[in-house]
Amino acid sequence: MQTMMDTLSSYGWDLLDKTGEHLYISIAAIVLGVLVAVPLGILLTRIPSKAADRFISFIGILQTVPSLAILAFLMPFLGVGVIPAIIALFIYSVLPILRNTYTGVMEVNTSLKEAGKGMGMTTFEIIRKVELPLALPVIMSGIRFATVYLIGWATLAAFIGGGGLGDLIFDGLNLYKPELIVLGTVPATILALVASGLLSLLEKGLTPRALRKTV
Amino acid sequence: MLEFKEVTKKFEGNDYPSVHKLNLKVERGEFVVFIGPSGCGKTTTMKMINRLIEPSSGEILVDGVNVLKQNAVQLRRSIGYVIQQIGLMPHMTVGENISLVGSLLKWNKEKQKERAKELISLVDLPEDYLTRYPHELSGGQQQRIGVLRALATNPPLILMDEPFGALDPITRDSLQEEFKKLQREMDKTIVFVTHDMDEAIKLADKIVIMNKGEIVQVGTPDDILRHPANEFVEDFIGKDRLLESRPEVTRVEQIMNPNPITIEEESSLKEAIQKMHAKRVDSLLVVDESGILKGYVDIEMIDSNYKKKNQVYEVMDTAKYAVDKNSLLRDTMYRMLRRGSSYVPVVSDNNKLAGIVTRATLADMVYNTIWGDETADGNAID
Repeated sequence: MQTMMDTLSSYGWDLLDKTGEHLYISIAAIVLGVLVAVPLGILLTRIPSKAADRFISFIGILQTVPSLAILAFLMPFLGVGVIPAIIALFIYSVLPILRNTYTGVMEVNTSLKEAGKGMGMTTFEIIRKVELPLALPVIMSGIRFATVYLIGWATLAAFIGGGGLGDLIFDGLNLYKPELIVLGTVPATILALVASGLLSLLEKGLTPRALRKTV
Repeated sequence: MLEFKEVTKKFEGNDYPSVHKLNLKVERGEFVVFIGPSGCGKTTTMKMINRLIEPSSGEILVDGVNVLKQNAVQLRRSIGYVIQQIGLMPHMTVGENISLVGSLLKWNKEKQKERAKELISLVDLPEDYLTRYPHELSGGQQQRIGVLRALATNPPLILMDEPFGALDPITRDSLQEEFKKLQREMDKTIVFVTHDMDEAIKLADKIVIMNKGEIVQVGTPDDILRHPANEFVEDFIGKDRLLESRPEVTRVEQIMNPNPITIEEESSLKEAIQKMHAKRVDSLLVVDESGILKGYVDIEMIDSNYKKKNQVYEVMDTAKYAVDKNSLLRDTMYRMLRRGSSYVPVVSDNNKLAGIVTRATLADMVYNTIWGDETADGNAID
């Protein structure tokens, strides 16, 4: 315990720094993921479902490539640093968000879409006023899932010089200092839990009132 | 208002067109009901009007303008649309739902609210419902809102796709009545799709019966009940309904026996009794030489007066209880049953005897409606 306190006092500022980096990498990756996966998911609902299913399985296969391998694989192309780390994590955020967006939008009652169309909504208006609000709870849970996932994996960013709490863990491994490993792991876990909690609150807040009871 | 010209729709992968060379004209203010078995093309026909389905060939004119030459979105905003599943947006309040098309047309908020208040009063729902959500309303109330939503921007033409189909019979009934009243007051042209004949008869000014993508018959509910074009229409209307509807629209003349057994008033009682015996009846209608109905005589009257009187006019009952040949069978039937009489003479102008309706005639009619055999040769007075 004493060593733990010592480490904390000597690495305190470092810890804050690393946590900041860690958050930055994760959030950047998630935001990028949302910006790409949500529109892509909606786009997939407009093409034949067979093709859409194939596309999603393809992304699913990409997802099974070990994250460490992706990082290593990207290095020759993107070099090292924060940007490649963000890009690698972004790749992992796409699938859950994409899949949930697709499912959520597909599950919106067809009669509502037809009512919207029949009343003269443009495709864009149908997406904005009907599909997105109603699919939002499902999309949000995809985002939450991806966020939790990414905060954990962001520790690997240190491997390619992206920084974050992973730095502490790798240092701990290299220097045989288990307390450093703990110092990197615990905040990462806490971050993931807090993020998950906040997002699930947001998810509840964004769920249309009428749908809350049934979900 | 609305015109179909040789409209055909063939879906890819189907051998037969869903709608085949359809021609139809709908006048302003008319309530037109498309009806037919499922797959007959009625819904397809309706959806081609607001281009939810594009016709393969032919023209659909709304107010003289080909719908295919208009912007589909603008067109749909100018036509009311009500669907069976109601389709209220669950994440919007009732007020927002009613104002949906208004908001698409960029009406200002004040105008939208004003209109929503105006409309909700039409269906006798309290104004505070406007801030509620659809799931807080009953099915019937929801569909009232669905109808209001279609009326919101006051479109002259409204399309309705089995709007009351999912409601329970009692709610459906009251909504139908309410809506029919509304339609008359607002002078809307309605195109309504249903598979419920009762609904069609109740609401329509004009019924369009379709089968296999083609129109089988067009006419007022009365026309169609009275003169079904063919066996398909008869089957579709249903024997029960024909049976029920026949007294509604059938005139006495159509079912009466035109050859009643009569006797002239100057004839002797002896002749009368012989005629009764020969024809196996117990009473005779009494007429004068020009066929004017004078009364009737029955076996009881003859029996009690045979010794004292000689001629028919001396014993006959002159109570001229008769019906006009143009009166409705419904009324006649009711009168016969109420009086407990076994027959009623039918007269034309000037009280000239035209025929007779007996209980046997009624039995024949019911029999024919059920069995469809035209073997009516109603015997005279039973």
